[in-house]
Amino acid sequence: MARFIARRVLLSLITLWLLATIVFIIANVLPNDVGRTILGPFAPQETVDALNERLGTNRPILTRYIDSITGIVTLNFGDSFVTGKPVLPQLFDSIGRSAKLAGLALLITIPLSIAAGLYAARRRDRPIDRAIVLLGVTSASIPEFVTGTILVVVVGVQLDLLPVLATPPRDSDVPTQIRYLLMPAMAMAIVYFGYIARMTRAGTIDVLQSDYTRTALMKGLTTAQTMRRHVLRNALIPTVAVIAVQIGYLFGGIIAVEKIFNYNGMGQTMLFAAQRKDIPMLTAGAIVIGIVYMLATLAADLIIAWMNPRIRLDAER
Amino acid sequence: MDLPATPAVPAPLAPTGGTPISERAQARRETIRVLLKRPAFIIGNIVMIGWIITAVLGERITPYDPFNAFDVGHLPPGPDHLMGTDRLGRDVFSRVMVGSRDVLIVAPLAAILGVVAGTLLGLVMGYYRGIVDDVLSRLVEAFLALPVILVALLTLVVLGTSAPVVVGVVGILFTPIVARTVRSAVLSERQLDYVTAAKLRGESGLFILSREIFPNVLGPTVVELTVRFGYAIFTVATLSFLGVGIQPPSADWGLTVSDEYTNMIAGVWWPTLFPALAIASSVVAVNLIADSLQSVLSE
Repeated sequence: MARFIARRVLLSLITLWLLATIVFIIANVLPNDVGRTILGPFAPQETVDALNERLGTNRPILTRYIDSITGIVTLNFGDSFVTGKPVLPQLFDSIGRSAKLAGLALLITIPLSIAAGLYAARRRDRPIDRAIVLLGVTSASIPEFVTGTILVVVVGVQLDLLPVLATPPRDSDVPTQIRYLLMPAMAMAIVYFGYIARMTRAGTIDVLQSDYTRTALMKGLTTAQTMRRHVLRNALIPTVAVIAVQIGYLFGGIIAVEKIFNYNGMGQTMLFAAQRKDIPMLTAGAIVIGIVYMLATLAADLIIAWMNPRIRLDAER
Repeated sequence: MDLPATPAVPAPLAPTGGTPISERAQARRETIRVLLKRPAFIIGNIVMIGWIITAVLGERITPYDPFNAFDVGHLPPGPDHLMGTDRLGRDVFSRVMVGSRDVLIVAPLAAILGVVAGTLLGLVMGYYRGIVDDVLSRLVEAFLALPVILVALLTLVVLGTSAPVVVGVVGILFTPIVARTVRSAVLSERQLDYVTAAKLRGESGLFILSREIFPNVLGPTVVELTVRFGYAIFTVATLSFLGVGIQPPSADWGLTVSDEYTNMIAGVWWPTLFPALAIASSVVAVNLIADSLQSVLSE
């Protein structure tokens, strides 16, 4: 197991370095004069030069690359072009708020979608299965901001059931906070319901057709015992993998959801940075989310290895 | 030789030469026949063709000029304006009808770019394996870890927003995803006898990839193209909503939602809800088509 983890962590670090390099290339190598981008086409050249000097964007490309990579290792992602302060502390507050929203979305969507997937798989090709599959295709294909808009109009404005803005009053208790976050979390939960339910259904159908499931049933185990002891553990492996991947995407969709519900999280910070052309803030955001994605997939791989020893042993060989 | 009178070759041999082609054509007809029996496929196509027709005909069939006819702002839906008017008094129904124009150009181009580049990459990775595959796989892995919307936002800030840049960014971000799908399809094909036979004949790698393996991974590639088209609409609409996608004065759905969503709280829901439903209908339609293609082609 130790070798498996070590190998997996090493691969993650290589991927992270490549990711940081891609982001660096986008931000620095593409034809682009940072000072000119910020000040616009009509600013005098001297002002642009002075700004580039102050931001350090006129230094040789290699120096900037080494700076940015060592910055990531030492957790210093540079200073904001707008406030001049380090970006990471500013980012952390808003990531915390986004994590609350994302966490609530996952809390809603994971149990529901796994239950729906299992239910559909056991009633394969019956009308209820078709309905769940169709619901999955539909919900996974509609962008979060569209679902959010429809929810605001129907649940928030017409029915007046939930607050239409996500930010709770200051110092409110946990139930109130959840009430405020419920609608944006639902907008995100609906998209992920489709992915997770379909993956669970496919994984379960595979396992239900396997010889060992038939053996378990034939030796006289009840359906419940078979499901618990033999089916679930194997059927949920693809589900765990897809949930980990979705955690990375969650932070992409959150930008639009936070805009609709005016929630002051990571997404709003990124949009604000985009409007101000605050490139260090945007690159830091991309890399931090990359790290979150990497940790999520790493955790998923460890869970999968724990669930299925064959995978673990294969990797060690 | 120049007078092909009665064929010297016995008659039964003649069809043998033609069989593979007619068999393939027959298989294709069969696939289409099965597809046309699927309600999801038919509904998806009707919706998409509907949006294409309104986009092409545009002002010729809209009840009002979608851009330059100004009535009173924020009129609720009624007999004069079926979907009400927007903040400038333009007819929402007319604008929804022409709102698919830009996204139906940008999204397919992005999907095609992603699928062409991804297929080339996937073929090379799956066939040559070894160091090429190892290096490219790491790179694909890194790209997959990138948050698509955020990286698109960063790139569009650096390069400035314009339709070609949106196509390029979305297409390139889709490339590794397609490459991974095609790679795994190629990996299972390259084990098969026909590839070994071609190698033994001494065919070049290029020939085997383009003439032997590619036709056999065409199915997953077509499915991937449809799926990517759906995601491209999803992504472009989201980018337009965030203000870095399709730009004014377009009547684009995502852009319209972005312009009007703050008025929802005041009860003015119609300029936001109808374009939002239009986006939903088009992405669901494309995904219904993709889903039916996938299940029919994998049978």
